[in-house]
Amino acid sequence: MTTEPLAKPAVLVEGVGKTFDVGRGRSAGTVVALDDIQLSVATGEFVSLIGPSGCGKSTLLRLIADLDQPSVGDIRVFGKTARQARIDQDYGIAFQQAGLLPWRSVAANIELPLELHGIGREARQKRSAELLALVGLSDFADRFPDQLSGGMQQRVAIARSLAESPELLLMDEPFGALDEMTRERMQGELVRICGETGAAVVFVTHSIPEAVFLSDRVVVMSPRPGRIVGIVDVALGRTGDRDDDLREASTFFASVKAVREALHGIPAAAITGVETR
Amino acid sequence: MRARPGVRARSALLGVAGVALLALVWELYKAVGPATGVVVGGVTVLPRTSDLAMPHLVTMFARLGDPVISTPGSPMLWSAVVGAAGFTLGIAAVGWIVGVVVGFLLALVMQRFRTAESALLPWIVLSQTVPLIALAPLVAGIGSQVRFGEARWQDWMSVALIASYLAFFPVSIGALRGLESPDAAHVELMHTYSVGWWKTLIHLRLPASIPYLLPALRLAAASAVVGTVVAEVSIGLSGGVGRMMVEYASASSGNPGKPWAPIFGAIIIGLVSAGFVAVLGLALARYRRGEVNA
Repeated sequence: MTTEPLAKPAVLVEGVGKTFDVGRGRSAGTVVALDDIQLSVATGEFVSLIGPSGCGKSTLLRLIADLDQPSVGDIRVFGKTARQARIDQDYGIAFQQAGLLPWRSVAANIELPLELHGIGREARQKRSAELLALVGLSDFADRFPDQLSGGMQQRVAIARSLAESPELLLMDEPFGALDEMTRERMQGELVRICGETGAAVVFVTHSIPEAVFLSDRVVVMSPRPGRIVGIVDVALGRTGDRDDDLREASTFFASVKAVREALHGIPAAAITGVETR
Repeated sequence: MRARPGVRARSALLGVAGVALLALVWELYKAVGPATGVVVGGVTVLPRTSDLAMPHLVTMFARLGDPVISTPGSPMLWSAVVGAAGFTLGIAAVGWIVGVVVGFLLALVMQRFRTAESALLPWIVLSQTVPLIALAPLVAGIGSQVRFGEARWQDWMSVALIASYLAFFPVSIGALRGLESPDAAHVELMHTYSVGWWKTLIHLRLPASIPYLLPALRLAAASAVVGTVVAEVSIGLSGGVGRMMVEYASASSGNPGKPWAPIFGAIIIGLVSAGFVAVLGLALARYRRGEVNA
């Protein structure tokens, strides 16, 4: 793999499993959401998690974010426990729903994490102005979330996740609720933003072209129990250098095909060996 | 969302029309209704229309401009009513504030500790089934034994306490719903910022609770006014509109306009307190974005 030997990986998942208790009384039982997950995400690397519903991709992201704890195994974020990484604010996070606070202006929403962590007003305003420029919403600083379209709200949420300049971004289907055209534009924006910030990204999606367009590597998962069934290296160059022309390139289609075949259960080794070289 | 000017003017007009309609129905029934009232099977379903039972609206308002009693130096009825309304409003306001604070603290405790919610909520609901009339003399009786150093428990404090007893209920229920209203996604977001309960309360739960809190405060204001008036009667505290209603009703068989005066006083109190909560709502307008109805 392309991991630089010097730096600690952004995310290191080792032998992680997660079971949930379901039902009560006689119908009680456990559901295995994740089973024996091994994954390493290098610093600055863009990794997508893809798979059908119930494959545990969102669960895995929640474990990395310390929103839930693994039943077995170990998760390290920049060499620390997931809990310590959360406390140290090593990651920024964005969900499918933008999750903006309706009573705060756009700028105040972006400044929320800074305000919570005691950053002064001037520094906050400077940072939110930078981020608004980055996501192309400088004219909307004083608007309120209900005055923005879904795509704009999601851009604000991404700006908020970048507020504290994290080295790692966790994104759970952030474009899932957007229409196809907005979605492609947002993907282009995200590619540019990642190029500028150099952050590592773990990106959950169920769109194959989206995963391929954005990622250095696509992790393909299968459900019941949630497992990694293949990892596809996308040989399209650095994430930050990609643009819309790439969507027409033959290498793009080759990777899409490789991911699709991995999703449909053809052994992973055969795919990466044949299709992407 | 904020109402457009046209919509606001329309609703104001409808409000005026509603009051006018009520006055019209009153006078119309008085004009055409039978003097003995409408009796169905021995039960009077509509009142007698005599001047004593249903005085003309003009009589009611004209009476306000006369002195309270015929002795010289007696104040005008309207000024006596305004004074009494002010007195009652003051006690109701104290009761409202105490009720809002207690209700909100209960909601906070219930939000913070799940077990407290299971333990407290049934009692809070049960507390409202105790009849007010039964409670009032009890509170006054216990109050008379209370001393704070030199200061003694006053009857008006008992009245305010009973008002707060009614007022705390909608606040505790509304505030609890409001504090628990944020989406799981918002709560998790605060968790990822690794901030504790207190900061989550200040930045998320409290602002989110306001759309639920405002109707509760309005209900609490109405309850506090009703509680004050009833408790004034029950405890026998003079000076407010509650006692005035009893006095005027018994003393004025030949003076049909007079018993209506304290009722107008009570209406004024209701309008002032509802208006106060409405102003509060305007001040908190930014926390009500996306609220479905006003």
